[in-house]
Amino acid sequence: MSLLLEVKHLSKTYRKQAGLFRQRSVTALDDISFSLAAGKTLAIVGETGSGKSTLAKLLVGIEKPDQGDILLGGTAVKISNYRQYNHVIRFIFQDAAKSLNPHQKIGQMLDDVLHFSTLLDNQQRKLKIKHTLKQLGLLDEHADYYPHMFSGGQLQRVALARALILDPKLLILDEALTALDPTLRAQMVNLLLQLQQNSGLAYLLITNHLRLVKHIADDLLVLHQGKQLDYGPTATVFANPEHDYTRKLINSAMT
Amino acid sequence: MLLLDIKNLTIELNTPDGMIRAVDRVNLSLREGETRGLVGESGSGKSLVAKAIVGVLNKRWQVTADRFSWRGKDLLNLPYEQQRKIIGRDIAMIYQEPSRSLDPTAAILEQLEEAIPDHLLDGPWWKRSYLRRRKAVALLHKVGIRDHQAVLQSYPYQLSEGICQKIMIAMAIAKNPKLLIADEPTTALESTTQAQLFRLLASFNQLKGMSVLLISHELESIARYTQSLSVLYCGQLVEAGETAAILKQPFHPYTNALIKSVPEFQPELVAKTPLYALPGSIPVLQHLPIGCRLGPRCPNARKECVKTPGLERLQNHYFSCHFPLTGKKDL
Repeated sequence: MSLLLEVKHLSKTYRKQAGLFRQRSVTALDDISFSLAAGKTLAIVGETGSGKSTLAKLLVGIEKPDQGDILLGGTAVKISNYRQYNHVIRFIFQDAAKSLNPHQKIGQMLDDVLHFSTLLDNQQRKLKIKHTLKQLGLLDEHADYYPHMFSGGQLQRVALARALILDPKLLILDEALTALDPTLRAQMVNLLLQLQQNSGLAYLLITNHLRLVKHIADDLLVLHQGKQLDYGPTATVFANPEHDYTRKLINSAMT
Repeated sequence: MLLLDIKNLTIELNTPDGMIRAVDRVNLSLREGETRGLVGESGSGKSLVAKAIVGVLNKRWQVTADRFSWRGKDLLNLPYEQQRKIIGRDIAMIYQEPSRSLDPTAAILEQLEEAIPDHLLDGPWWKRSYLRRRKAVALLHKVGIRDHQAVLQSYPYQLSEGICQKIMIAMAIAKNPKLLIADEPTTALESTTQAQLFRLLASFNQLKGMSVLLISHELESIARYTQSLSVLYCGQLVEAGETAAILKQPFHPYTNALIKSVPEFQPELVAKTPLYALPGSIPVLQHLPIGCRLGPRCPNARKECVKTPGLERLQNHYFSCHFPLTGKKDL
């Protein structure tokens, strides 16, 4: 299977003004490399301050890397051609209720996404919205709903619809499953797994919920203070972690 | 002796569309030195129950109960002053988001000292402030904060969420309460800190005989640290009993779904296979189904389920379902 995403020696340092002439630098990411094939799931695990959110920001182009390359399907990605690759990588935020505009109907919101990044005409856009809503188990009428009219689980589906409407290859989920209730989370996991099987979607799962990672991720990358610790197939990392920190993390979640 | 004994607790909200029953006849009892878990999804009323126990619900909520006794005293019918006195002395609560419940404008030292009651400081009055300070430091050490000097001088925004939560616990145990209610104490925390915190609560329970009521929406994280468990769904008590017994053989379909939806409890489940999930989502309070509130989502719902099932008992295991998963004939 071809590699969808390759990240090579990625580094990012934030500089802070710590006085009139002095600057303090904080290394958020230090020499990160990994790859992700189509139809696979990579989980990135780490505590706050480990740089996992920075990594997500670099991948979707909110921030620029200092060093290193992001290769998407073999070609290097530049920040300037953001419009070109936002079809391929989509992002889901932690809290669906907070990331949707409360003033906008769902249909309008989805339409904006298509308007901004595709050349479809009015009719085609309507059809596409209808199709996407159906794919995620929502009804046509839901296009005329405002976000507050949905329950928590449905909102998560709406957020997913906004991400999937451009038929992406890679979906980045930033803690999107952590805050859900257990039965809703199980539903959501099933939906994600089903989508992966049907359309070969790849997921980058940023989370600290290790039990879930064990179930749905193919590969696991452990970050600690910007450094890459263990990286490999999930089962291998769980069975024999190389670093002390990883061992501690796994023990705390599993025993 | 039963520390807390609640029977048929009902909490209602008066709205323009009529009364909404957010908590429907819930029973809850706690022995001295027991740790009980209260599990339920969002909107199941678990925080309401906790707040009703501490008596901090606002006036719009109507709380009624057949029995609501705290160490033999009926709390609901006591005069307000007395009620506050008992609760203030014996019950402590930790809230969900520590950084939000701490006062952002005061240093930790000030807040922690305020939480220490006078009667616990034995010494002449001119030594009070010294003793109080020493007690505050000792409390921080107890919850596992070693660097007390720096922490006491900081403001909540300067500290991490985990440290803030530990400070909340320190404030809660300052008065040596009989019962500690922890309302989702770990939602905002990392998994390593979570385990630390649960161990901390468990150790207080063992060393001081403090009862703990642990409220959470994740069954897997609290199952390890509790002796008994109550499961709520939409304000109804669906199952209660000993944790080990419930995990081994749940009687209610909802508890069953909760256990099965967690990969951890299913060791033989192959990775990347679908999880067991109930269809649909939790109903909102304005549109509650009649009878058993799980009805519309329940895999084995039948005609009888439009009547609310009563609480049935099998040894120490309570459940409310017309069609429990073992089948009634075995009883």
